Amino acid sequence: MPNNSGGNETLLDVKDLKMHFPIGRKGLIAGEQQYIYAVDGVDFKIRKGETLGLVGESGCGKSTTARAVAQLYRPTGGSVKLKGAELTTLKARDLIAARKNMQMVFQDPYASLNPRMTSGDIISEPMRIYSRKGLVQFSRKDMEERVEQLMERVGLSRFFRNRYPHEFSGGQRQRIGIARALALQPELILCDEPVSALDVSIQAQILNLFRDLQDEFGLTYLFIAHDLAVIEYISTRVAVMYLGIIAEISGSGDLYSKPLHPYTQALLSAAPIPDPKIEKERKRIILTGDVPSPDRLRPGCPFHDRCWKKMDKCQSQKPALKEAEPGHEVACFLYHD
Amino acid sequence: MTEEVILRVKGLQTYFHTDEGIVKAVDGVSFDLRRGETLGIVGESGSGKSVTNLSIINMIPSPPGRIAGGEVEFMGTDLLKIPVKDLRAIRGNKISMIFQDPMTSLNPYLRISTQMVETIVLHQDLDKKAAKDKAIDMLKLAGIPAPEKRIDQYPHQFSGGMRQRVMIAMALSCNPEILIADEPTSALDVTIQAQILDIIRGLTAQTGTSVILITHSLGVVAGMCDTICVMYAGRIVERGPTGELFEAPKHPYTQGLIKSVPRLDKASGERLFSIRGQPPNVIDLPDCCPFYPRCDKAMDLCKRKYPASKDLGNGHAVSCWLYTEAK
Repeated sequence: MPNNSGGNETLLDVKDLKMHFPIGRKGLIAGEQQYIYAVDGVDFKIRKGETLGLVGESGCGKSTTARAVAQLYRPTGGSVKLKGAELTTLKARDLIAARKNMQMVFQDPYASLNPRMTSGDIISEPMRIYSRKGLVQFSRKDMEERVEQLMERVGLSRFFRNRYPHEFSGGQRQRIGIARALALQPELILCDEPVSALDVSIQAQILNLFRDLQDEFGLTYLFIAHDLAVIEYISTRVAVMYLGIIAEISGSGDLYSKPLHPYTQALLSAAPIPDPKIEKERKRIILTGDVPSPDRLRPGCPFHDRCWKKMDKCQSQKPALKEAEPGHEVACFLYHD
Repeated sequence: MTEEVILRVKGLQTYFHTDEGIVKAVDGVSFDLRRGETLGIVGESGSGKSVTNLSIINMIPSPPGRIAGGEVEFMGTDLLKIPVKDLRAIRGNKISMIFQDPMTSLNPYLRISTQMVETIVLHQDLDKKAAKDKAIDMLKLAGIPAPEKRIDQYPHQFSGGMRQRVMIAMALSCNPEILIADEPTSALDVTIQAQILDIIRGLTAQTGTSVILITHSLGVVAGMCDTICVMYAGRIVERGPTGELFEAPKHPYTQGLIKSVPRLDKASGERLFSIRGQPPNVIDLPDCCPFYPRCDKAMDLCKRKYPASKDLGNGHAVSCWLYTEAK
């Protein structure tokens, strides 16, 4: 858990974000439109300079949240404000300008780089696009210099700028992706599982790079991962997602030392710890069943069918995300009505 | 766990012939597996974990692969020397495997019952009816609810975790001596991973089956294994009892690996240790220690010769010049 607690200025403000994907109709004639309710009412704020970790299992809506924030998907509902400016209603042209301040790093370092472009071209592409639209001013020479600077900063030799992605290893490719995200000097970087595809020894290198860059440039991250230990290491605050909602959100240390939501407790107890002594003595909460499909809206708490502390009302009413302790919000009836 | 050695791998070498040169995916791997033992093989991608285990049951695609040397002694026979017909009687029967991806290891066109009954009838003296009953019993043990109904469904009707349970049920249905689990939980979420590991642990303890667990996760081996082998660039660089290996790792790579995993129980603002550089390309690797370019303790000798394995007692062995006397 990094020490920087972030400033007081809210950089990103997400309210009641909803992303429902239409998946066709039920029945043959004029049936009801069916949806996947991938994200269904998510609220969070990110302060300038902090890292919000987003953790959860596959299909819980982590990536969809990041993409809806970036307006790569236009959200079904809710609001996304970057530095106070609403993004969901912007027209395409204005959106491009707004996105300059918000870049992404993706999970798969193979699929997210164009195999037919050199690493130098990949890193300078954002600068070229924005120059062409007249949103930034870069001369050809400026751009070349900046590419070299960025490459050296992320730990790549500038002599590699004419090489193609296939000539790099996974970790090096991820560095190219990070350099590209930094090119326009954004304040916010949305990192969608950027270390999940990497080996342990490389993962540590990249995590440290993210932290160093944050210190150096005052960056703000929305950092997605499914590995709880990675999230704890990188984040100032953590949001735990389950089936399209945020189940719990709090400061990173608080969440790990005192998880409130039964799902967070189960998730933490299921995560293996690389220490045989601890592993032998730990009591695990082993959940039964699988995460349900988000293909219909359910009444009640989305976790109720796997929860070992469920009460009667959990099946019929949906708990709101409310503060249970200062700075620690949880969506569970155990803590409030 | 008993002292009886059920599988002895000695100097195993598996090479792949490619256009760029010879890839020595596994280069001189030796270990013993005792009855009832759970042995973990950890290492990063490309370190040769999976190739080692495919070589044990002689399933290396050839060409381009070739087992260039070594022995795999299973209950007194060298599996690399016996005819394929005899090997088939062992695969899936005495030695069975579960793979990482439970979707691609089940046939999507066939019902679960067809696939399970096929295995059981092939290896055991049972008719189809009895085999199906046996299959239902196994599915129940693996924690599948309503197995008598689920068994007639197709793989796509099962979730990832459920498919992995089917694979486990199938792999254990012939009471194998050895279960090889190749990244059995890497494709699964943490809560499902905990369920699956629990089942593997419980079922193999009941039957006394030995397990070889291949994984890249140090957390998983810490909780599951009696002994751990750490692989790097096609070799086992360190092997030892789990407790000792985590408490007092000897090889600089093992030390670095343990330190570079962020830990939930030791939260601090401290910077994570990271091993510098990249894993080596195993094409035409010279006879040096493959870890020396990334090693903080590298000496001149490390660049010239690969160190022999040094036995430190108590089943702990390491291949590093820091511990081996130069001859």
